[in-house]
Amino acid sequence: MNLSDKSNKDSVETIASTIFLILGVINIGFVLLICVYLIIAGLPAIVKIGPIDFLFGTKWASTAADPKFGILPFILTSIYGTAGAIIIGLPLGFFSAVYLAKIASKKVRYVVEPLIDLLAGIPSVVYGFIGMLVLVPSIRTLFGLPDGASLFAAIIVLAVMILPSIIKVSITALEAVPQEYELGSLALGANEIETYYRVIVPAAKSGIAAAVVLGVGRAIGEAMAVMMVAGNAANMPSLFESVRFLTTAVASEMSYSSGLQREALFSIALVLFVFIMMINATLNVLLKRGGVKRK
Amino acid sequence: MKKEILGLMTAACLSAAVSTCAFAADYSVSTDGSTSMEKTIGSLGEAFMEKFDGAAFTYNPTGSGSGIAAAKEGRCDIGLSSRALTDEEKQDLDGTTIALDGIVIVVNPQNPVSDLSVQQIADLYTGKISNWKDIGGADAPVVLIGREAGSGTRDGFETVTGTKDQCKYRQELTATGDVITTVSQNPNAIGYASLAALSDKVKAVTVDGVTASEETVQDGSYKVQRPFVFVTRKGEKLSEGAQAFFDFSFSDEAKPIIIQSGVVPLN
Repeated sequence: MNLSDKSNKDSVETIASTIFLILGVINIGFVLLICVYLIIAGLPAIVKIGPIDFLFGTKWASTAADPKFGILPFILTSIYGTAGAIIIGLPLGFFSAVYLAKIASKKVRYVVEPLIDLLAGIPSVVYGFIGMLVLVPSIRTLFGLPDGASLFAAIIVLAVMILPSIIKVSITALEAVPQEYELGSLALGANEIETYYRVIVPAAKSGIAAAVVLGVGRAIGEAMAVMMVAGNAANMPSLFESVRFLTTAVASEMSYSSGLQREALFSIALVLFVFIMMINATLNVLLKRGGVKRK
Repeated sequence: MKKEILGLMTAACLSAAVSTCAFAADYSVSTDGSTSMEKTIGSLGEAFMEKFDGAAFTYNPTGSGSGIAAAKEGRCDIGLSSRALTDEEKQDLDGTTIALDGIVIVVNPQNPVSDLSVQQIADLYTGKISNWKDIGGADAPVVLIGREAGSGTRDGFETVTGTKDQCKYRQELTATGDVITTVSQNPNAIGYASLAALSDKVKAVTVDGVTASEETVQDGSYKVQRPFVFVTRKGEKLSEGAQAFFDFSFSDEAKPIIIQSGVVPLN
C-alpha cells in the first residue's frame, strides 16, 4: 500500500462522512420543521379555547352554532384503546416470540416468520376494511349490540396491528441473551421451560419493554384502520360505544374544516405529537439501558 | 375520502391553471361560497377554462353564508349558495338554481320500513324515535349513521330535516361509500347519501311516498333535496367573463358535467 493510495482513501472517507452528515442534518431538519410548524399551528387555538377547556372539556361539537372544543374524550379514548391493544397484543406477541425464538423447530420458524413480516406489511386501510366487513358485524351479533362499531372493535384491530412489531423486537431481544446463560441454567438442572422463563426472559426484559413501547407508538398513531371500525362519534369512551381517537378526530374533520375548527384540529395533532414524543423518549431510555446489558 | 382528495387536487390544478394563464385571460370570473358545491363548480370551471382558452376562473370555498355576503358586497362575480335565498336576501340579490342535490335515506334491505315522512326522519335522527317498532319495523334499536362534521351531505341533510346540531349519530363516517357499506352490514342502521352514490346494497326509503330519482328531485316532489344557487346582484350587469360562465353553466353542454358531479341539473 503506497502513500497516494492512503490519501485517496482518506479523501473518499471525508466525502462519505460529509454526505452522511448532510443526510443526517436533513433528517433532523425535517423533525424540527414538523415540530415548529405543529407548535405554531397548534398553539393559537389552545390559547383561544383555553388550555383547561380544550384538554379537559368533555364535549366536542366543532361545527355547531355554539362550538365546543373539548378533547378529553379523544385523549381518554386514545389511552384506553392503546392500553387495551397492549393488554391483548402483548401476551399474544410475547408468547409467540418465546416460542419462535426458543422452542419452535427451524422449519416452523422458517414458515411463520415471513408470515409475521407479511402481517406488518399489510396497509392499515386493509385492516380497517376487513374490520368493517367482518369484525364489526360479528361484534354486533356476538354481544347483541345495536351496532358493532366500538372501542372494542378498534382495540382488536390495533392488537392485531401491533403484533408484528412486538413479536419481531421480542425475538431479537431474546436472541441477544448470551447462550452461556441458557447452557448454565440447563447445566444446573433447570428444565428448558424454566430456563426460558426464569433466565432468558428476565435477561431480555428491557428489549421486551422496548417492544411494548414500540407497539404503543404504533397503536396510538394509527388513524385509518381505527376510523373505519370505531364509529367516530365524539363520546366519552366506553367499551361498546362509538368512540373517536385523537388521530381520527384530526383525520375525519380536516378535509372540510375552516377557521377555529381547523386550528383546533392542529392543536389535537400537537397533543398527539407530545404523546408520541413521550413514548419515543421512553423507548430511547429503555433501549440505551438494554444495550449495555446485551453487549 | 378519495372524493375530497380529488376535490383538493382539482382546486390545486385550478389555482395553478389560473396563475399560469392570468395574463392571457380574456375572461375572468370569480366565485365564492358553498363548500358543498365544490365538486360541481370545480368541474364546471374546469370545462369553462377548457372551452374559452385562457379564461381565468376562481372558486373560494367559504360557505353559503359567506358566498351570499360576498355577492352582495361585490367581492365576487357569482356567489354560490347551497340553500334557497331568504326573502330578505332576495330584495337585492337574484338566485338562479343551477342544480338540485338529492339526498337519499337508506336502510338495510332486511328492514321492513320502506316509507318515512320528513318529520319521522328528523325524529329518528334526534333520538325521539329510538326503536324501529315505533314506525312499523322490527323491535330493534335504531342505529344512526351519518357523515363527519363539515361534510356537505351532512349539512344538506340536517338543514332539510331541521336537525342541525341535534343528531345523535352512532357512527360518523368520512365517505359516502363507508355509509353505504355500514348500512348494508347492519339490519338496524339508517344512513343518508347523495343520490348519485346510491347502490343496490342498501334500500332507499321513499319520503312521504315519493321515491328518490332524478325526476322526483327535479319536479320537487322528493322533499330531501336542496338547491345549488348562483347568487348575483339585482339589476346589475355581470362582467363579460362572468356572463359567459353563467350562460355556459346553464347550457346543454354543461348538463352532463353537472350530472357527473353527482347532482341533478335543473330543467
